[in-house]
Amino acid sequence: MNGNMVIVEFLLFPGLLFTAIAGLLTAWVDRKVTAMVQMRVGPPLLQPFHDIRKLFVKETCVPEGGAIGLFLLAPLLGLAAVALASMILWRALLDVEATFVGDLIVLIYLFVMPALGVMLGSFASRNPLASIGGSREVKLMIAYELPMVLAILVPVIQAGSIRLGDLLTAQPPILSVSGVLALLVSIACMQAKLTIVPFDMPEAETELSGGALIEYSGPPLAMFKLTRAMMLFTLPILLLVLFFGGLLTGPVWQRWVIGFLVWFVLVAITIVLRNTTPRVRIDQAVRFFWGPVSVVALVAVVLAWAGW
Amino acid sequence: MSNAINALTRSLNVFHLAGSACNNCDIEILDALTPKYDLERFGITLVGSIRHADVLLMSGIFNRKAAIRAQELIAQAPKPYLVIAIGGCPATGLMWRDSYNWERPPGDFVKIDAFVPGCPPKPEAMISAVVKVIEGLRSGELVPGCLHTSDTVAGDPALETAGGS
Ligand code: SF4
Repeated sequence: MNGNMVIVEFLLFPGLLFTAIAGLLTAWVDRKVTAMVQMRVGPPLLQPFHDIRKLFVKETCVPEGGAIGLFLLAPLLGLAAVALASMILWRALLDVEATFVGDLIVLIYLFVMPALGVMLGSFASRNPLASIGGSREVKLMIAYELPMVLAILVPVIQAGSIRLGDLLTAQPPILSVSGVLALLVSIACMQAKLTIVPFDMPEAETELSGGALIEYSGPPLAMFKLTRAMMLFTLPILLLVLFFGGLLTGPVWQRWVIGFLVWFVLVAITIVLRNTTPRVRIDQAVRFFWGPVSVVALVAVVLAWAGW
Repeated sequence: MSNAINALTRSLNVFHLAGSACNNCDIEILDALTPKYDLERFGITLVGSIRHADVLLMSGIFNRKAAIRAQELIAQAPKPYLVIAIGGCPATGLMWRDSYNWERPPGDFVKIDAFVPGCPPKPEAMISAVVKVIEGLRSGELVPGCLHTSDTVAGDPALETAGGS
């Protein structure tokens, strides 16, 4: 494949444009289901698109005394990383051979970037509330990364490879005890990675009034919102590949139906969790992830090693 | 109709600025956002930061000190934005009009795009006001005050000294 093709793939399909559209549709599903839980009608299908479009025509306010360059570049970091991550995942899904050794490691790093972007942006904005939000984001990341990586180790140990192509053709980990435990751990970590309730303390609308993103307006805010929507779409796909990869066999339509169903169930779990739990404090979250979640993840790794 | 205005009317993020209100207007504003009226159907959501806002709802009177804060806050809003005054207070001062800290109606120091009269106005009145504002924006009859070029009212020096102490 030549260089131009890679750029097209990154910008259009399955990279930026495709992920952005799919992510905004996922965001609509999220808002609609939330509305249904609250017995409302909810927003129209195109509402997330209108929101993003509006933000792109608004003025960009720059906080006085902030680190302007970093403030404006931080949103791009997360956006580019999640588009790239989605592209790697989709290329693996579409063609098992189009993967390279170690792409899983690349993905783990790419999925850290959106949180890093929020952090840098919040500290660059020189707003005390944003700083609190940013420091919470740091703590949250330190909390969930350990169990997340441990959980990702389980499919790696079972397939004996760090290549997505091998994970997709191996026996699906979800059929084993260790796989189920690791999936539960990853669902908890996914919730925190997406910074949605109960782990939304970096933003905490009611106490920090926007928190990390409080100073952002216009296009940079649109990019942050887009990044979050794209994460909501892409992270369940990562779990799908990791834990259900081997189920995606048979004729093409069957693979798509199974894939879509599993993805939808994962998204639905996230949305239901978001609507049925209150926000926890940051110390409770760290204790939760370093305590029970890490222990379960460790047990899963040991079980995977033992062949369970 | 410009592209920006059209985009704005489809996704209004509301920021609620309560001056010295008697609180009834604030409660009615929150009522309008409850599941019963479900304003998210029209893309209207409440946001916590003025930087994310498209519509500023002002309720209550703005006394000398509050007026300065309100001006500062409005200066931080990204353009284009709308200012809507909820209730009789921001229009006339109602029963606070003769109190010692009453300075002037907020219309004197910010450009208010719409008034929703009532004490307090019902949620239905606010929704109807928003619908009228959206229609006005789309037809071009209403140009957001922040986009006016002439006769600026913000930053009145007399007001800035009044409550600075
Ligand atoms: S308009 Fe009436 S209800 Fe609203 S804040 Fe003023 S006095 Fe209270």
